[in-house]
Amino acid sequence: MSSAAEIVFDRVTKRYPGRDVPAVDGLSLVIAAGTFCVLVGPSGAGKTTALRMVNRLVGFDEGDIRIDGRSVRGLPPVELRRGIGYVIQQVGLFPHMTVGENVATVPRLLGWRREKTRARVTELLQLVGLDAGDAARYPAELSGGQRQRVGLARALAGDPPLLLMDEPFGALDPITRSRLQLEVRRLHREVGKTIVFVTHDIDEAMMMGDRVAIMREGGRLAQYDSPDAILARPADDFVAEFVGEDRALRRLALHTVAAVPLDPADAASRANGALPRVDTDTTVRSAVSLMIGAGADAAVVVDGDGSEIGILPLGRAHELLT
Amino acid sequence: MDDDGPVIPDFGEGSDCVTANRTFCWDWAREHWDDTLQPALLQHLWLTAIAVAIGFALAFALALLAHRVRRVEHPIGVAAALLYTIPSLALFQLLVPFTGLTTTTVEIALVAYTLVILYPNIVAGLDGAPPEVVEAARGMGLTRRQVLTRVELPLAVPAIVGGLRVAVVSTIAIATIAAFLLPKGLGYPIFYAIKLPEPFKTEIYAAGALAVALALACDAALVLLRRAFVPWTRRGAA
Repeated sequence: MSSAAEIVFDRVTKRYPGRDVPAVDGLSLVIAAGTFCVLVGPSGAGKTTALRMVNRLVGFDEGDIRIDGRSVRGLPPVELRRGIGYVIQQVGLFPHMTVGENVATVPRLLGWRREKTRARVTELLQLVGLDAGDAARYPAELSGGQRQRVGLARALAGDPPLLLMDEPFGALDPITRSRLQLEVRRLHREVGKTIVFVTHDIDEAMMMGDRVAIMREGGRLAQYDSPDAILARPADDFVAEFVGEDRALRRLALHTVAAVPLDPADAASRANGALPRVDTDTTVRSAVSLMIGAGADAAVVVDGDGSEIGILPLGRAHELLT
Repeated sequence: MDDDGPVIPDFGEGSDCVTANRTFCWDWAREHWDDTLQPALLQHLWLTAIAVAIGFALAFALALLAHRVRRVEHPIGVAAALLYTIPSLALFQLLVPFTGLTTTTVEIALVAYTLVILYPNIVAGLDGAPPEVVEAARGMGLTRRQVLTRVELPLAVPAIVGGLRVAVVSTIAIATIAAFLLPKGLGYPIFYAIKLPEPFKTEIYAAGALAVALALACDAALVLLRRAFVPWTRRGAA
């Protein structure tokens, strides 16, 4: 497990020639080492530009970006990029190389020994949920979800302390997307790298991010906070509208019933067959939805074996939001 | 067949078939394989190989330049296309005052024609790498040269081989006109046989058939070459 890097955007501004409005306007953002930071906003908010400035695929006009205190301008771009994982929506696997060769790209650029590279490829394919045998296949033989897994493995191959992800799941079907969302969260816990993740999907942002930076048209930062804080206290009307009127429900979706204080299960509740039963890993939002649907004012929480752990009263949702 | 070929047609022993000048006489073809047909075939192959090799080298260099400096891409293409519009016989005439009745003259003309086929194909191949693939390559820290040699060039192989196939086949066809200047290639037996008081059919058809066979054989060889270089397109599923 490699170390993670701290990223600092220090009043960064980018203007494209011939445009009145800057793409990114005085962006200041501190992303602590190991944080999963999501940049979210409508199109034209400069999220992707901000991301691509970190590995200098896009230059900037003013300000600075520092990785662990060192300016990204302090290194030749090629060297800088070899130390930063980069995942894009269309994946961009090399069609003429096998999966294994794709994943080995950065280790080869870094001049790793052959055995070390091969071992790393096998390790990464496992980490992203592919078989070691997939190494010999060509990208054309994979499904969209498998390709993005390879893209992820390829980005992690050089063991970079920082991973940039530009709408990585935007082209996937909803089922594959939610599966990969969960796996990338798990991966983040396992490898502990700093991740900067761009999306225009507010649900994805709230679900994935430790910290969420909401950007607005003209490349300005509207709010930067934890998902819960943003949903509880939107900084202004733009943020309130962007996160939606159902933000209270979205906040409930950030908690599973296991993380909420429950009332003890008693004989009366056991006898009451009308109460909906929910697993511990159900979100409070889903539990509330079930209660409302069943016309009940409580739900029975059960663990994996089906034994009752406690009772979640409907009113507990209110308490959670205050 | 000598450069100062006989005025009186040399029909050899003159079988019935040959004296009657029937459509095709196998005995004549067998008899004159060694002294007429095979040398012409080898000369033809050689004329073509040199023209395509030089044309490919030039087209490749120009395409790399155009890939690097976008501004010159179109002007080079237009220049090559203009060359192509000059009828080959006229081009020969234009060159003779400078390079004489030589193989050089023929090759200059043949090379010019391969350029117009090869250059756009190589440029299209190099530019044909999907943008997201190039983006990912740059994002991982490949240098410009590495992007070219490890990504763009391998992905351009199908387009480049496609151009080579057309260039080789068309050069084999055009090279028959070389006999207008030189007693070389498969065009020469054809010209010779046509100019006889009674055009000798067997020789015309034999040389023509050899030109077609040569074109087909070269084309097949290039298809095999492409398979060897492009393994990733054969196993595509999904």
